[in-house]
Amino acid sequence: MLVKHKKSIWYEFYVIDIAKGLFITMRNMLFAPNVTIEYPEVRRNYSDRFRGMHYIKSVNGVENCTACMLCPTVCPAECIHIEAGERPDKEKYPVKFEVDLLRCCFCGMCEEACPKDAIKLSNIYEMSVSQRTVYDKSYLAEQRGNK
Amino acid sequence: MDTFDWVATAVKILIVLVPLLSVAPVMAWVERRGSALMQNRKGPNRIGPLGLLQSIPDAIKFMGKEDPIPGHVEKFYYVLAPLASLIVPFLTFAVIPFASSMTIDGRVINFQIADLNVGFLFILAVGSLGVYGIIMAGWSSNNKYALLGSLRSSSQMISYELSMGLSVIGIVMAFSTVHLGEIARAQGEVLMTLGPLTIPKWGIFIQPLGFLIFLTTAFAETNRLPFDLPEGESELVAGYHLEYGSMKFALFMMAEYMNMAVASGFIASLYFGGWQMLPGMHSVLDVLGLSGLTFDIVRVAFEALSFLLKLCFFMWFFVWVRWTLPRFRYDQLMDFGWKVLLPLSLANIFITGVMIYYRWY
Ligand code: SF4
Ligand code: SF4
Repeated sequence: MLVKHKKSIWYEFYVIDIAKGLFITMRNMLFAPNVTIEYPEVRRNYSDRFRGMHYIKSVNGVENCTACMLCPTVCPAECIHIEAGERPDKEKYPVKFEVDLLRCCFCGMCEEACPKDAIKLSNIYEMSVSQRTVYDKSYLAEQRGNK
Repeated sequence: MDTFDWVATAVKILIVLVPLLSVAPVMAWVERRGSALMQNRKGPNRIGPLGLLQSIPDAIKFMGKEDPIPGHVEKFYYVLAPLASLIVPFLTFAVIPFASSMTIDGRVINFQIADLNVGFLFILAVGSLGVYGIIMAGWSSNNKYALLGSLRSSSQMISYELSMGLSVIGIVMAFSTVHLGEIARAQGEVLMTLGPLTIPKWGIFIQPLGFLIFLTTAFAETNRLPFDLPEGESELVAGYHLEYGSMKFALFMMAEYMNMAVASGFIASLYFGGWQMLPGMHSVLDVLGLSGLTFDIVRVAFEALSFLLKLCFFMWFFVWVRWTLPRFRYDQLMDFGWKVLLPLSLANIFITGVMIYYRWY
């Protein structure tokens, strides 16, 4: 239903409101602060909980992961591939650890599921590459954050 | 015409043509930068100081792009359309005076390329040819969106042209001439003195209502926001220049900006004293204390500068309004044109007639 409001003659005569609007844009132009972040030079500070590029945390040069297979199980995108092996000291470890970042949805479930605090999502968000790559263990073993 | 006239005309054409051609690149920068600042952004700021040279890579990009002619278009009109819309502002600017006259060797030079006695009727007549470019573009593109855009544009321009013509009649009645140079000269007279303040007989002071109507219709005639219905991205993709790319599109853009320049010059010379000097310039001229030919040249330069400043203000006003007001809906646009502006402009003529009858000016 079309509701008609009674408006004063001054309201119908838009000139005053237009002048007000012009004043507001001019005020914004002259006095309001800029909100632009000039990207390559200035970077935005994301929170520590930001979920970016993966890495496998290691302590004393040995990765924390024990190849328990919890993260490939929980991963909704099924993009983690692990092959387990055995170290000389009978410790289980991942021989192969691959994350296909093109399938990853950065949900952070792997990080949450991991009992050993091994797989982590860092703050890095510049991940564009020119070809399709699956990140392998040696790449993921680089310590990219301090979580 | 002898050599003197030819040289004078050539110089005048140069004075007008060069700024008119540079209007599009400069305005593209102003528009982007201005809109950015109004929206608390920064806008293009990488190339040159303040991003001033941004238009150069833009131009290179336009020229470097492939310029295909789609298979389904009517080739002749398709190519003709951008040219048709570009020629109109060049033609119309010819009759706008940008300074008063000066005398060299006993010969008077009017700073107006074509001193036509039909005056601004020429602008109204030729200006309405601008719609042909748009219709040709829409029709020859053989595309429903382009056609709808151009149809909208033509109906909009025809409806608003009516009010535009009628609103100017008030000025004609007040100054009893259609000659733009005469109108600009008449606006130098004193309307009234309020203490130390002298109010000149500028069109806006004697025709405030006519000025508002004219300003509104000028927005509609140049297809600028809030009347940019022919281009509405959301419903028409891009309107009449949908099938155009590369330089042909750039020509449409140039035509739009140059149309703005013509409209601004027209507004300035009808309602803001044309080349009449801005307040304060007279005293500067007195302080300089020149005489003879130098005085004339400096005076003409000051007048041209005043005209340029007025023109620039209105160019900026076009941008300013564009980033302030939302668009009209199409039926609102038509309602506004026919039910509000047309009666108002008729009323304006009546009021002007009454005022002239009682000799109020
Ligand atoms: S962030 Fe989510 S999708 Fe990506 S690997 Fe971890 S669990 Fe899988
Ligand atoms: S959940 Fe943690 S410990 Fe288990 S396989 Fe994944 S990364 Fe390794």
